[in-house]
Formats: sequence, C-alpha cells, structure tokens
Amino acid sequence: MNLADRTVIVVGGGPSGLSAAATMRNAGIGRVVVVERERQAGGIPRHTDHLGFAIRDLRRVMSGPRYASRLVDIAARSGVELLTETTVTDVSGTGVTLADGTAIHADSVVLATGVRERPRAARLVPGDRPAGVFTTGSIQQLTALHHRQVGRRAVIVGAEHVSFSAMSTLRHGGCETAAMVTSLPRHQTYAVLRMATATRYRVPIHTEVDVAEIVGRRRVEAVILTDGSRITCDTVVFTGDWIPDHELARRCGTGMDRVSRSPAISASFETSRPGVFAIGNLVHPAETADLCALDGRVVAPSVARWLMGGLWPHAVAPLAVEPPIVWAAPTAVGVTLRVAEFVTGRLQASVNETPVWTQRRQRFVPNRAIHISQTVPVGASLSLVRGR
Amino acid sequence: MAHVATDRIEPFDVVVVGAGVVGSAVARLLSHYDLTIALVEAGPDVGTGTSKANTAILHTGFDAPPGSVEARLVARGYALLRDYAPTVGISIEQTGAVLVAWDDEQASTLTTLRNKAQANGYMSAEIIDPVEVYALESHLGPGVTGGMVVPDEHLIDPWSTPIAFATEAVANGCVLLTNAQVVACDSGDEITMLHIVDGRRIAARFVVNAAGLHGDTLHRMFGLDGYTIRPRRGELIVFDKLARPLLQRTILPVPTAHTKGVLVAPTVFGNVMLGPTADDIDDRTATGSTRDGLDGLLAKGRRIIPALIDEEVTAVYAGLRAATEHSDYQVSDDAALRYVGLGGIRSTGLTASMALAEEALARLQSIGLTVVDRETIVSIGLQPLGEATLRPYQTGGRIVCHCERVTADEITAACAAAVPARDFDGLRRRTRALAGRCQGFYCLAEVCALTGWPVDR
Ligand SMILES: Cc1cc2nc3c(=O)[nH]c(=O)nc-3n(C[C@H](O)[C@H](O)[C@H](O)COP(=O)(O)OP(=O)(O)OC[C@H]3O[C@@H](n4cnc5c(N)ncnc54)[C@H](O)[C@@H]3O)c2cc1C
Ligand SMILES: Cc1cc2nc3c(=O)[nH]c(=O)nc-3n(C[C@H](O)[C@H](O)[C@H](O)COP(=O)(O)OP(=O)(O)OC[C@H]3O[C@@H](n4cnc5c(N)ncnc54)[C@H](O)[C@@H]3O)c2cc1C
Repeated sequence: MNLADRTVIVVGGGPSGLSAAATMRNAGIGRVVVVERERQAGGIPRHTDHLGFAIRDLRRVMSGPRYASRLVDIAARSGVELLTETTVTDVSGTGVTLADGTAIHADSVVLATGVRERPRAARLVPGDRPAGVFTTGSIQQLTALHHRQVGRRAVIVGAEHVSFSAMSTLRHGGCETAAMVTSLPRHQTYAVLRMATATRYRVPIHTEVDVAEIVGRRRVEAVILTDGSRITCDTVVFTGDWIPDHELARRCGTGMDRVSRSPAISASFETSRPGVFAIGNLVHPAETADLCALDGRVVAPSVARWLMGGLWPHAVAPLAVEPPIVWAAPTAVGVTLRVAEFVTGRLQASVNETPVWTQRRQRFVPNRAIHISQTVPVGASLSLVRGR
Repeated sequence: MAHVATDRIEPFDVVVVGAGVVGSAVARLLSHYDLTIALVEAGPDVGTGTSKANTAILHTGFDAPPGSVEARLVARGYALLRDYAPTVGISIEQTGAVLVAWDDEQASTLTTLRNKAQANGYMSAEIIDPVEVYALESHLGPGVTGGMVVPDEHLIDPWSTPIAFATEAVANGCVLLTNAQVVACDSGDEITMLHIVDGRRIAARFVVNAAGLHGDTLHRMFGLDGYTIRPRRGELIVFDKLARPLLQRTILPVPTAHTKGVLVAPTVFGNVMLGPTADDIDDRTATGSTRDGLDGLLAKGRRIIPALIDEEVTAVYAGLRAATEHSDYQVSDDAALRYVGLGGIRSTGLTASMALAEEALARLQSIGLTVVDRETIVSIGLQPLGEATLRPYQTGGRIVCHCERVTADEITAACAAAVPARDFDGLRRRTRALAGRCQGFYCLAEVCALTGWPVDR
C-alpha cells in the first residue's frame, strides 16, 4: 500500500476543506481533489470582510477575503486539484457523485460542507412575508461581494458574535440598526465586540423577547416583539442559530448528533460510515475559521492511517452530555460545546460516573461555541459542576 | 405584446378578469378560437393570488358533494389537467393518497366516504385496516384506526399551471395586462367598459369574472348579487427535502363539513407539506401566518408523522380560499350583461381550472358568443420544475441556487420568457430559485447580480 497511489476527495473548499487538502498532499497522498460548488473556493471568509482571521492556524491576523485566497494559494501550491462550480450530490466511502451524474472514485472522502444560519421560516416566525428579511450570510455577500444596498433601518435577531458582525456589515452598507433582539437575558458576545458596535452606535439590545410577528406587505415595515413593543424598520436580519449543511452526510447515512444536527465523529474525525470523514463547522457549528482550518490539519494523518489499512473505529456516536450542556463535539485541539444558559461552573468528564478530569471554574455563555483544550476519553460523558 | 399599456376602445371579444389559475385557464381555452382576448390582472404577474398558495394536489374529487357543480367540474378538470400537464411541462406525480382515521368515530365514517366516492363516479377507493395502513406508511404515529386508499390522487406543480395557461394564451394572441385592477364597469348594450385603477379603460363584448377573492366585488359592479366571499385562511408549513422519505403518498385526514382538514403531502419539488389550517377571517389580503396557526399545525403534524417535526422547516405561507355562504361554486351567466361569473372557487380550483374554462366557454356561447376554431394553435413547453423528470443541472450548467439546484441559464430564461418573471416571487415560481432551505443565505446576492434587481424587488 502506497499513499502516492491514493485519491481523496474533499467536499467543500472552505477553511477546513482547503487546509485538510493541503495537509494531505504534504503527507504524501497522491491525488487530493477539493470539490467546491461556488465560483471561488474559500468558503464563508470570502465575504466576512473584516480582520480576525488566521490567528491560530497561520499565526497572523488577516481579513476574511485575504485569508480565503491565502488558503486557496496554499492548497494550490501543495498540488491540490480544485474543482470549482462543481456540486457534489452524493457521497460514500468510495467516492462522490457530481450534479451532472459523473462519479468520481476515491479511497476516502472528507466532508467539509460548513454551516449556515437558520432563516426566518426555519425559526417559524409568524406574520407577513415581505421583502427585507435576510440572514447575516446573505447581507455579507450583498455588501462585500456585490456592493448592494440592503436597507435603511434594521432589526437584528440574535445577540451572539455573528449578530454584532452583522451590525458592522449593515453599518458599512449604510443601514442603521434600530435594535437587537435576543430571547436570552444578556447578549452573548465579548464585551469588546459589544463596545465596538452596539455601544458605539447606541443600539438598544432587547433581552428576553422574541420576534412575535413581522409586519409589512411588500417591504418590512416593523417587527412586533413578544412583549408587545413595535419597532419600525425596513430590514430584519436573522443571525446565528446555526444549522450544519448536513445533507450529504445524512444522505450517505452517517450517525447524527440529534441536537447539533451534525454528523457524529470520533476524536479523529471519522464518521460512522467507513471511509467518510467530517470536519469544520459541519461538525461543530459554529467555531471560528482558524479552528476549522486546524481540524483540516488533524484529519490528514487520520485519513492517511485509514488509507494505509488502518482500522475504522466501530461505534462512532455523539459525545454524551448532561444539561445545561446541549451538545459537544471533538475539534482539532480538544472539544467544543454549547450550553443552554449563562452558568458558572467546572466542566467535568466522567466515565461510569467517575471523574476523569475537571476543568477550572469558568463562565459559560449560551449561543457560543465554547472551546476547551482538552480531549474527552472514549465513553466519557461531559457535565457541569455548578457553583463558584 | 404581452404587456401593452392600453386605452383601447376597440373592444375585445372577451375580457377575462383575474389571472389566477382559473382566469388563465379560461384565457387559454378562448385563445384557441378566432377571438380577441384580454386577460386583465390586478397583480404584477399571473398566479400571485390564491393560486400560488395551496396544497398542490390534483384531486380526483372523491369527497366532493355528489351532484354539486364542484363535483362535476373537479372530476372533469382532474382528467383534463392530468392529460394536459405532461404535454407542456407542468410536473405531476401519481403518488396516490391514503385517508387515515384516528379514532373509532372517524373509522366509522370510512364506509360513507367510500360510498360518496362511488356516487361521484370514483370506484377505486378501497377501505383498509390499520395494519395495512402502517404497511403503506410506516412513519405514521400510533393510534391509526383505519384508512382508505385513493390511488389516483396526484401531486401537481401549482406555480407552473397558471403560467403555462397564460403562456399558451399569449402565444395564441391573448393580450395579458398586469398591474391592471378593474375598479368599475359600465355595461352598455353591446360593449362593457372596464375601468382600470390607473385610469386606463378596456372595452369588452363579453366579460368573464375570474377574480378569485374579489369575485363578489366584481359581480356587484355588474349589479349582480347572490354571494359574498369570506376568506378562509389556510396556513401551511413546508418541510426540508430530507423529510421526503418519511411518506410515500398524501396522508389525508377524515374531512369535516368545514374543511378537508390538515394533510401531510409530498410536493413535486421533493419537500413535504403540512396543512392547511382553516380560519374564517375578514381581511382579503391577510396572507400572513400566525403563532396559533403554526403551533396548531405542528401539534397535528406530530400526531400524524412524529418524525416530521424533527426536520427543518423550509417555508411557511398562507393562502385564502374564496369561501362563500354557499357550499358550492357560484357559476353564473347573464345574457343581457354578456357576463359569466366563476365565483366561490374555494378549495379545488387548481384541479377544476380546465373544466371551469370549458364551463365558461359553454356559457359564453349560450349567451351569444359565436366561436370559430383558429386555423393553427401554437403549443408551448415549459421546463418542468419537478424532481420526477430530468432537471437542467443534471446535464451541466452552472448551479446558482444550491438548495434547489437552479442553474444560471434557467434564471436568465425565466426573465426573458413570453410571460416573464418580473420580481423574485415570479422568479421563484418559475425556477424554484430562492425557494429552498437556506432562503437566500447562499444565493440571494448572486441572483440579484444575475437579474440586476434590487434586493426588495
Ligand atoms: C455569516 C457567518 C459569519 C461568520 N463570521 C466569522 C468570523 O467573523 N470569524 C470567524 O472566524 N468565523 C466566522 N464564521 C464561521 C465560519 O463558518 C468559519 O469561519 C469557516 O468558514 C468554517 O469553515 P468550513 O470549512 O467548515 O465551512 P465553510 O467556510 O462554510 O465552507 C464550506 C464550503 O463547502 C461548500 N459546499 C457545501 N456543500 C457542497 C457540495 N455539496 N458540493 C460542493 N461544495 C459544497 C460551500 O460552498 C463552502 O464553500 C462565520 C460564519 C458565518 C456563517
Ligand atoms: C390553503 C389552500 C389549499 C388549497 N389546496 C388545493 C389543492 O390541493 N388542490 C386544488 O385543486 N385546489 C386547492 N386550493 C384551491 C385553489 O388554490 C383555488 O381554488 C384556486 O387557486 C382559485 O383560483 P382563482 O384563479 O379563482 O383565484 P386566484 O388565484 O386568487 O386568482 C384571482 C386573480 O384575480 C385577480 N383580481 C382580483 N380582483 C381583480 C380585479 N378587480 N381586477 C383585476 N384582477 C383582479 C387577483 O389579483 C388574482 O390574481 C387550495 C386553496 C387554499 C387556500
């Protein structure tokens, strides 16, 4: 068996897929093909036009678009084949099928299809169905890639990191933010990010309320909140509330985490389908781009091991968690988890009720991908020991 | 030709008011004769009223009230549209349906329903026991007490149907006027003058009223009376394509006098639909959804197919049935006014549309319209939107809308068609672009760039 004779297909050319591909080529795998459905590879950072990328993987600070093209260059220089404007419609452990029916054989497949935000309908927000309702992803593309005017006065639904990022995007595009709305008691981002946006632009954050109704026949005219208040606006941006792009994973029958709706993976990114790996925000919605890129580096040796005749782990299942933890998934450097409420406590991993490790006390914030640099042993369950 | 701004005193032989599925079907049939026809629509496009928001089932009419006008026209319309659809690219799929009883009382009505079906001339309905029901639909929730199979119910693409009719009408010389709400009319001895909202006028020898929810208003403009429309709102939830394997066929409830009830049905686009609700309301424009409506649907859906509720929701919408104080369609004609009214077409008008067109033609003839066959009839073909036939992306082409797999060429073609897309809603109904699970997260910006339209067009 020789790695140089082997083919691996990576589905999705975002930070995780591109990094995986480059690292696999550098590890000696003969043919690595990244299949990307957009015109350009690079994934979400192509249109997140602000600084803060590349910190943990490339150890520098770059803007999203520069980071995206940098990752494309690195992959190309490593000899990765890049197929753009090409959609994968089905995968298995032995290859992929493209939209036009072409089958490409591979010895292994890595899924790196990323994550999107739940749009309004998926959140079942009632009311009229006017124009002017968006997600952060769509307004970023409209402003960063196509220089389009989105609206004049927006309400942002959500108060997590990406919600504040949406506020900057709107501001740059000449749209003021009338208010932010979150069902939780506080915003869920870093104080500095909040200061730099909501505080600076004097945007009120309505807490512990939801959008009860959207009003407007042709274009949004207002939103009505569950506390009865009405906010006049012509734009509503639904932010966060991540849903992984898991269609291919589910179609090929990988086991799923019912809560995160990601394919379940082992600590080395194997899914329950032999030959199919899954990485990036498809498996931990939604971490930062640099961490996704690190997943790509860590999956490479595990793919190589499989190609050299290694064994596939037999029971790949989601990590077991106890409330208020809602889900947890392995990452390149530990584990990422989510909690349902603001809570202070110690994270503990136990096997058969016996603690294996306990972290030091920290504050856990909901709606955030909380990243822990410690691995969870097989069969362990994660819980939170509350208290000061 | 399709969108002349006219102040035409030269009368059209027939003006059809309302370009929903019914009015478009009428215009199509009339365009096969040597007549001058106009199809006058208040909205910006054909099919923007009730015709775009329904459950998209081509009904056999097994449960219609026997002997009613509706029963006759649904049965006839079913056969006509089933045969016509594949010839012009309207997707249909014969999945069949199973009507499911959930308690003893419902189970006891199955025989009555089967007899009703037979009275309607539909002989293939068959009563089955719960074990057989579960054998057909293994994802049904617990508690099924019986069922009835209706093998001839079809799914149909509701968006393409009025567009195909209107496209064929226009191809055969019909003038389509959009953004042209009729606000008043003067009926003379030979000519009826219709006044349009912006001051335009249009003259007609004969008028067909296919104004859907506003049918009674137009009826009254002619000095006629007899029915009043009170909209019955139906809210619907469309689930992700990943839910499609949960059912093989349409799952119907036992109908009541008020409504056909909440069903779960596959769509030709590969999704699953849950609904509709039935609420009598006063506002004829209230096509919004409500918290109570959606929560009620989820509760019902959870009972019918529990696993469905775990799937992602792709879209939510509401349609208004043109219900009246009568249970039957309100079809009428008036020789002196040279007028045919197709009113109160509430919950089966998609199926009955082509039969309603025949009915309108017969009545027009009975009140003095003479018709001569056109020498040649131009036929048309649309790109089918359903999943059961080959889609353009499968033979190459750049996919722009990834969720629905719509290519750039389809979007460009829809904007350049004889009855073109003029806004995102029209584009969605002609191509499926933006109708998928991400609702524009990935492709809205690209679609804006391709069409050159602002985001709120
Ligand atoms: C709106 C938004 C804003 C964000 N802002 C930030 C930020 O400011 N900073 C930060 O660090 N992170 C941010 N993130 C997190 C972001 O997800 C990560 O930055 C990173 O892009 C995830 O990398 P990935 O490779 O897992 O997925 P992605 O970057 O999403 O890449 C997935 C790729 O797969 C392709 N693909 C999917 N399905 C198929 C298929 N069937 N066939 C072919 N190709 C396919 C897609 O086109 C896409 O290019 C943001 C995310 C979103 C959604
Ligand atoms: C929830 C729901 C589910 C349904 N399910 C099914 C089903 O599964 N199968 C089925 O066969 N049927 C179904 N139906 C019924 C079907 O949708 C309707 O019967 C059909 O669409 C009616 O078509 P229409 O052309 O009469 O009305 P519309 O589509 O409303 O068209 C009327 C048109 O007239 C125009 N108009 C009104 N006033 C004027 C004016 N003054 N001047 C100019 N234009 C005017 C309007 O703008 C509109 O476009 C359902 C209906 C609902 C609401």
